[in-house]
Parts: sequence; structure tokens; C-alpha cells
Amino acid sequence: MIETAAALEPTFGGPLLVLAILLPVVGVLLSFVLGGRFAERVALALAPVGLVLALAIAFLVWRSGAPVVYNIAGLAPPLGIALRADGLSGVMLVTAALIVAAAGFYARATFATPEGSTEARAPFAFWILLQGIWAALILLFIGADLFNLYVGLELLTFAAVPLVCLSGKPETLVAALRYLMFALFGSVFYLLGAALLYGAYGTLDIVLLSGRVAPLPAVWLAAGLMTAGLLAKTALFPLHLWLPPAHANAPAAASAVLSGLVVKGSFVVVVRLWFYVLPALPGDAAQVFLGALGSAAILFGSVLALRQPRLKLLIAYSTLAQIGYLFLIFPLASGQHPWTIDGWNGGLMQTLSHAFAKAAMFLSAGLIAESLGHDRIAEFTGAGRAMPVTFLALGLGGLSLMGLPPSGGFAAKWLLLRASVAAGHWVFALVLLAGGLLAAGYVFRILSPALADGSLVLKSPPQRSREHAALALAVVAVALGFAPQEFFDFLQIGRMAVAAQP
Amino acid sequence: MSVLQILDVGLALLVLAVAVWTIAAREIFGAVVAYVAYGLLLAIVWIRLFAPDVALTEAAIGSGVTGILLVTSGARLKSAGKASAAAKPGLSLHLSAAALSLLAATALAGVILALPEPSPTLAPEARQELAATGLGNPVTAVLIAWRSFDTMLEKIVLLLAVVGVWSVASDRFWGGAPAPLGRANPQGALLLLEQTLVPLGILVGVHIFWVGANAPGGAFQAGAILAAMWMIVMIARASEPPRVNSLWLRLALISGPAVFIVAGLAGIGMAGNFFAYPDGFAKPIILFIEAFMLLTIAATLPVLVAGPPRRSFGP
Repeated sequence: MIETAAALEPTFGGPLLVLAILLPVVGVLLSFVLGGRFAERVALALAPVGLVLALAIAFLVWRSGAPVVYNIAGLAPPLGIALRADGLSGVMLVTAALIVAAAGFYARATFATPEGSTEARAPFAFWILLQGIWAALILLFIGADLFNLYVGLELLTFAAVPLVCLSGKPETLVAALRYLMFALFGSVFYLLGAALLYGAYGTLDIVLLSGRVAPLPAVWLAAGLMTAGLLAKTALFPLHLWLPPAHANAPAAASAVLSGLVVKGSFVVVVRLWFYVLPALPGDAAQVFLGALGSAAILFGSVLALRQPRLKLLIAYSTLAQIGYLFLIFPLASGQHPWTIDGWNGGLMQTLSHAFAKAAMFLSAGLIAESLGHDRIAEFTGAGRAMPVTFLALGLGGLSLMGLPPSGGFAAKWLLLRASVAAGHWVFALVLLAGGLLAAGYVFRILSPALADGSLVLKSPPQRSREHAALALAVVAVALGFAPQEFFDFLQIGRMAVAAQP
Repeated sequence: MSVLQILDVGLALLVLAVAVWTIAAREIFGAVVAYVAYGLLLAIVWIRLFAPDVALTEAAIGSGVTGILLVTSGARLKSAGKASAAAKPGLSLHLSAAALSLLAATALAGVILALPEPSPTLAPEARQELAATGLGNPVTAVLIAWRSFDTMLEKIVLLLAVVGVWSVASDRFWGGAPAPLGRANPQGALLLLEQTLVPLGILVGVHIFWVGANAPGGAFQAGAILAAMWMIVMIARASEPPRVNSLWLRLALISGPAVFIVAGLAGIGMAGNFFAYPDGFAKPIILFIEAFMLLTIAATLPVLVAGPPRRSFGP
């Protein structure tokens, strides 16, 4: 219980957590009221400030080796709300800030307010919703109260869904409505579970709950409801139906944020639920079940990705598969075993490297669709020579998805593989290998026609600066493969699974 | 069995019956009417559970505002001829949905009956802390003092919902106003309702807001009532939905969370923590914030009902 008491005390630098959330929230309000070109200017001006805040929080976590904690209004839980940033929060905050900044920089060309008008629909909505997503993600990464996290999930839903149908085409409206249905279903289930936990223990604070939770029927039902709701939001097989049309139809900059970051928001909450709220539950069977769903997602998503004729759909289906890897963290990092360190690091490394790789690939796909006028893979012949930087970004992202060294994807899959073998989970090891082969197959399907000889006339050459935004993200995905041991030590900061075991 | 207990059992059965009616109704309009009745009955259930704040919210939001949202969208679907065009779900889907709902309901009922007695509660802590806020209603203290961060962020959710609704407009209508809520020539009864109910409703709304500090009520319920009054005025065509680029509208929509954030940031200077209130000044600051929340809620709900702009912006 000593550790619990320590985790409740506010620490140095805690106020930064509130500022990190309020920054994009203020951005939303300013953009809404000023409108027009100001929406874009506010979003782009706040992006670097947010990155500095994220780095400062990560630095404080690293220096103290313990979570940074703030009690809002100075009132400790259970009556008040706490915010806590640990190693997981630190890396996710920086990742979100970088990808939002890159997507915003890239989107300037698509979502500029046209000359001669003071305000236009799509730019106004895009810049506000982008900041809304960012605020929601920050809240989900540092929230320490189950209802506060619910508010974060709602923010994320209402910011993400309209982005899908920003182009206004009928099929995008259908995709957005389906996304909305799944997301609201998820919210209701999550809220029901949180209410049950509150009814059983009189608190919503994660640290306080972890010390009180016992394997009662109410807790099991709450865990089931919340997990089912969050899986629907994360699009884990078999609750994935909404994802491919939504991510494939959104504008490229929005797809990058949706596929790279938004699904990670609800994933982090599932991780908080099982590793931080419920480590006292004897949940081995449930954790293996989550891993099994993840394995099914890897195989199913990869096979479907192999069969897609259009680039954006292929990348969207690949997201289904890559989300599957994330869920291997549950069987491989739970309990008190030596391999859980690898399992945890591998799962988080997959979260980060997929975020950067997938964002880079969607941004590249957007450039390809604009320059070619279509994204039919079969007609890519010669495109590699016509737009080399774009295809380099696409290829480097694909390298990480396949798990080839050196890349973040390789580090992630290698760690997960080591943990599976050490834990004796041979099936997961086989799925990891098969998933890598299938990913190589679908990445090869894109690159092979593009690198073939052929003449191709571009409708318009891609803008150099936008290519560089995509390339920068892909380079980060690759560079993660060179992460030193200190980086993995950082990921372990504040991991509660070990401390809270009885 | 006392009379009250018999009434409670009757109320519970009635809620179930109306819920079944909502699902079984064949027409959209019939289902919406049943749904509104269901919300009002639930409000009575909350009263019987000694939760008047929840009852007020259920009646105003769950039944009132949601009801008008459903009625207007049902009417629009009907006029577009799409109401019955969607493929009807088959029998197997019906049965599996029913089985899933039954399973969830049984599990919930079983678990709730097995929750610890007496249930763990924060009421003693809340009572102790309540004095520091100067408020008499602990629900208001939860919403605007102890969990104010949640309340402020929920307003951002509402704002994003407005952006989402507006974003499905046609590009050419951007900056313009939504379609009128009512028909061109309102009937006499509607005008009478507008002229008699609206002044009363505004009084009731302001009253519920004002007493919310010490008694059941507060900005959210009061805001919903004021929103309903504005919608009646618009349905009677005494005023039209505002243009989406109106600066006044936008200021009203953000004023609640904006004032909340300014006060929250000032807290670190005045009381040492973000979203903390200085001793002795908590109540006036809370009422000041709530006044702007009231404005934001009263403006947001009708804007959501009015929908995206459908008329060009121009003279």
C-alpha cells in the first residue's frame, strides 16, 4: 500500500499536465470563434507549443523515474480527479504531438480557406476537429479517473467521426454513421462498466481501484463490458467492420491521424484497465482470449489487405492486422514473469512504430492519389520513378510494418516473439512470423508495380514539403529500431502490473 | 405492502411496458412518442429514488431535447422518402438482438442485487467538503467544484457535436442559416402556446438555475428549459435559426467553457491549484461560471436541433 500512497501524491511539474490538455482545448475555442483562416493559424501555431509541453512532461517522468501526478483543484481522489503521466503517457504524448503537427503541416494544401472567401466549411471543421482529437488523446494518455477517461473517449468520438465524411460524398456519410454507431455502442458499454465499479468500490480513481478490486461478479461484468466497448472503438477483430471504409474514405491527413493515433487512444484505455485497474484479477484466460482475438486480427486483416485493389483500402486493412499485434501485450505482459518486460516493451514499441509508419503511409497515399488522379495499385507502373520521395516514405513505412530490421516494427515484433517463446505461447510466435510474411506480401504488391519500368505522366507533381512531412514520419518509424536500452527503461516507468500483484 | 410500494411496482411495470412499446412501434413518430413517455416515467423513477437532480435532467434532456431531435429527424427522413427504404432487419437479427439484450439485462440485474450493502459512498466526504464551497447542493458541488474538469470538457464535446452537425452542410450554404424549424404559417394554438408558455418557461428556467446552488437544479437543467423555450419561439416562427457564421452565436456557444477555463487557470494564482476556488469566494465564482454555462447550453441544444445550414449566406 506504500506504493499506492506515493502514486496519489502530487509531484513537481504536475500543473504541466493540466496545461497540456487545455492548450488544444483553448485552440478549439479560439478556432471556433475566430473562424476562417484563423482556425488554421491557431492549430499550426499551437502544434509546436504542444510538442514542447509533451517533451517537458516526458523529461520530468524520465528524470524522476516515477509518474508525474496532479490533483485537479488540489483535491485528492476519490472526491477529486487526478492526472498521472508515466512512461507510457510520455511516449504517447510525444508521438501524438509529432503526428498531429506533421498531419497539420501536410493538410495546409488541402484545407486552406480559398482565396476570396472568409470561411469555408471543410477547412473550418478540419482544423477544429484536428485539435479536438489532439486534446482527447492527451486526456486519454494522462487521465487517471475512469469517468474522466470516458469524457476523453467522447471527445475523441465526436472529433473523429465528422472527419470521415468531410468530403461530403454519400459513401463517406455511410462510413461515418457506421463508425458513429460502433463508437457510441462502445461508449455506453464503457460507461456501464465504470458505473458498476463505482457502485462496488465508491471510487473511479485508477490507483485507488487497483488496491481495492477483488474478483467479484460485478468486477468481472464491468471488465467484460468495458473491454467489449473499448475493443469496438479500437476495431479489434471481430468488431472491426467500421474501420476500413472509415479510414479509407477520410481525407489523407485525417486518415493518418485516425489510423495512426485515434485507435491507439482507446487501446491505451484497455491497457490501463487490465494492467492498472484490474491486475488483482486472476485474468489469465481473459488475457489469452484478447491475444487470440489479436492473432485472428493479424491473419484476417493481412489476408484481406493482400486482396485490395486500391492503395488506401489496402493500408486501412493493414491497420486491422497491425492492431492485432497490439493485443498480444495482454497475454505476454501480464502477471509476474521475467518475459513480461519484453512483452510490455514489444507491445508499446508496436503502438509507437505503427503510429508513425501508418501515418506516413496514409500521407504518401494521399500524395499518390492526388498526383495520379487515382489509387489503383495495378496502374502504378512507373510511379516510383515519377515520385521517388513519396514511394520512399511508403516503402520505409512498409519496412516497419513487415518487421524487417532496422525498424521500430522489427524491434516490436522481435520483443513480442521473444516473450512468446519464453512464455511458451508457441501459437503467438507462429502468428507473429506468419503476419510478417503476409505484410511483406502486401507491401510488395504496392512497391512491385511502382518500381517497374514504365512511363507515367503525373497530373501534378507532389509538393516537396508535403513529401518531406510523410518521409519524416517514416524515418521516425525506422529510427525507433535503434532505440537504446534507456528508452525501454523509460517505457517501464509507472508500470503497475508488478507492484500491485498480491 | 404499503400504497407507495404498490405504486412503485406499478411504475416499474409501466416503464417496462412503454419500453416494449418504443421498440415495437411500427411508425417512427409512434416510437418517438413512446420514447418521450418512457423518459418522463424514468424521471418519476428517479424522484422515487430520491435523485431529483437526475430526474430533472432526464426529463429535460433524455425526454425533452432528445425527443424533439428524434421528431425533427423523423420528419426529415419522411419528407425525403427514406423512412421505409432501408432494408428491414431479418427475424434472426431481431432474435439475436433480443437474446443479447436479455443476457445483458439479466447479468446486470444479478450483479446489482449482489453489490455490497451498505454500498460504498463518498457522501460523508462530500458533506465535509461542501462547507468550503458555500453551496448547499452537493450535486452542483460535484459538477462545478470537485469534478469541474469533467463538466468543462463535456461542454467541449457539445461544441464538437455542433461542428460535426454543421460539417455535413453543402459547401454553398456555408455561413448561412439552417432551415426554419416550423411551417410558414403557424397555427393559432402554437402562437398562443408561444405567447403564454415562453415567458413562464424563461422564469422557471432562471429560477431553476438560481436555486441550483442550494437545491436540486442548476445550469444544465435550466439551460435545457431555456433551450426548449427558444425552440418553441423558432417553431412558432417568431424568430429564425441564426446563421452559422454569426459572431454572437459563436460567442454564446463557447462562452461557458471559455469562462470556465479562464476561472480554472486563475485558480492557480488565487487558490494555488488549477480549477480551485479561493476560500470565501467559491460560491460567487461558481455562480458566475454557471451563468455562462447556462447561456452555452441554452444556445447549443437548439443549434443541434436546427441542424446544418441549408440557406445561402447573403443579403
